[in-house]
Amino acid sequence: MSETQAELSPAAAKAPAKVNMIQALNWALDDAMSADRNVIVFGEEIADPEGGGIVKISQGLSTKYGSRVRSTPISEMGFMGAAVGAAVVGFKPVVEIMLMNFVAVCMDQITNHAAKLRFMSGGQTHVPMVIRTMTGSGFQNGGQHSDFLEAWFCHTPGIKVVMPSNPADGYGLLRAAIDDPDPVIFIEHLNNYWTPGEAPERGKLIPLGKARIHRPGKDVTVIGYSRSMLDIPPVAEKLAKDGIDCEVIDLRTVQPMDMETILTSVKKTGRAVIVHEACRSFGVGAELSSRIHEALFKELKAPVERVASEDSPVPYAPPLEQAFLYTHAELEAAIRKTMA
Amino acid sequence: MVMTHPDSKTLVAIYEKMALIKHSDDRVIGAMKAGRMVMPYYSARGQECIPAAISVQLTDEDYLVTIYRGVHDMLAKGLPPKLLWAELAGKVTGSCKGKGGPMHLTYPSKGCMVTTGIVGASMPIACGLGLASQLRGETRVTVANFGDGASNIGAFHESLNLAAVWKLPVIFVCQNNQYAEHTAYATGTSAAKISDRAASYGIPGVHVDGNDPLAIYNAAQQAIARARAGEGPTLIEAKTFRFNGHLIGDAGEYIPKAIYAEAVKNDPYPRYRSWLVEHQHASEVQLDGIDAAIKSLIDEAEAFAMSSAAPDAIEVKRDVYATEIA
Repeated sequence: MSETQAELSPAAAKAPAKVNMIQALNWALDDAMSADRNVIVFGEEIADPEGGGIVKISQGLSTKYGSRVRSTPISEMGFMGAAVGAAVVGFKPVVEIMLMNFVAVCMDQITNHAAKLRFMSGGQTHVPMVIRTMTGSGFQNGGQHSDFLEAWFCHTPGIKVVMPSNPADGYGLLRAAIDDPDPVIFIEHLNNYWTPGEAPERGKLIPLGKARIHRPGKDVTVIGYSRSMLDIPPVAEKLAKDGIDCEVIDLRTVQPMDMETILTSVKKTGRAVIVHEACRSFGVGAELSSRIHEALFKELKAPVERVASEDSPVPYAPPLEQAFLYTHAELEAAIRKTMA
Repeated sequence: MVMTHPDSKTLVAIYEKMALIKHSDDRVIGAMKAGRMVMPYYSARGQECIPAAISVQLTDEDYLVTIYRGVHDMLAKGLPPKLLWAELAGKVTGSCKGKGGPMHLTYPSKGCMVTTGIVGASMPIACGLGLASQLRGETRVTVANFGDGASNIGAFHESLNLAAVWKLPVIFVCQNNQYAEHTAYATGTSAAKISDRAASYGIPGVHVDGNDPLAIYNAAQQAIARARAGEGPTLIEAKTFRFNGHLIGDAGEYIPKAIYAEAVKNDPYPRYRSWLVEHQHASEVQLDGIDAAIKSLIDEAEAFAMSSAAPDAIEVKRDVYATEIA
């Protein structure tokens, strides 16, 4: 689908310099729907009569696009399967799972069907759909409304996993995810929604599987994605004052992982720290650490460090919730440890 | 229900599909017993007239979704026997290149969209196929097959409700063979009839003798007309029996002998054959000719499957994603 200026909504011309993630994702959905009639959007409470989504990412879309945007019953298994069926015959559904923990009630349609139909059918069918969902600790939402479960999907061949950290990436990655021929889970962080960032360039897609070097450096490679990209930069700036020069990489897409960018960086620095909000064990950090060790064992100056949350359910009480999540002090200590 | 009586040509077409399903099934089991083929095979012998009487009313454009016990549904909808047999044999010439097997048969050019190995999972997907037709303003319909056991899983409830509120052109076909794996109907199902459950979604629920092609034909005719007219889904329960247990190797000790004997007495294939001759819709000679032609088609399918090559090991890396990732 061509991306001419004429296809974009009038808002494009007067886009402000700074926007938040909610605005960026709303633009991405709007522009994708306007560019391709096969893009359809559904989920709980996402149409305008029901409020346009709980953080209003889909606000205005049902008014503009009619029956292509639908609020569903609270039936995740039902509407996730409906997205699979519509995708098999050429639609590009974008379904919203209100909070990430709710994927647990529709995992069958995601892991047994969306992820596998291309393979099991010998390539006769495929499932070009996007599952948008949000999550994150820090809001006292407790154990069933806060988890980061990206490792489940990274461990399921057939699915791609995208986790943006800022509005401009959010726009470009969501557009690319919608255009992608494979199923993509697009995980948003509640903490990142209201942080202003550079406005996206409307119509510009960011290819999946490409990391972004957020801050070039020579001493330690610090790798993050999603929420951890709010935490890493201030720690890196603090350490810079002490003469530790961090190279900060935002993965953006977790699966497929941009090993070329990561290994090039770690080859240069000889040190790596991985930071994610998901609990520590058996996670993305473990996989990435293993890949770095396999490729660069002899060139590493220190073992790869992981900074992550405790291996516990996300707690309710604020002091416990803070104890669950890694702290900036732990992140700083991990980076310093690689330099010791 | 006012019964329509299809013409002789249609009645014979139903027989032809039933014969294809029966003879193919007999031969698959024979090949397994002789050790020529090894697979988890869920025979639908005894259920053949359900897809036969429905599929004669569908076009290649209409969609079909079925489950692991779905070879009969796929053959009736048009999956070519050669491609079926090669897939069962795990050959690269199979409809899914040997990557799916009996539980994942797929052939989109005849509308055979998805076969699932997960109980109940056919129904949500059928809603999506129905949604696609509705959004495109097409008249094509989707048939979702499932068993009696699947009516107790959440996907059944979510799908019938969603299809009803969105008025989706889906025909939900419950092939009630009276056993959910090894569990008898009443042990696991609260409703006297599964079709009664339709009332709670505000949609028609029809209970028919699943061994009577005319009853199935009529129920499907109304459901298809309703779906094509944009009036929404229908639940059809076709009560039948499976003669070969849950899967080949299951000796069926949990089925009381008297119930099994009664079911075999009602075998739809010989019963329908006699009915066609008795009511002069076809002669014995004509039906013998159909059987002979089908048997030779299956000879060819088996020979094709046996002589085809196995998939190359590289195939394990293909079709995981559109483009292979490291």
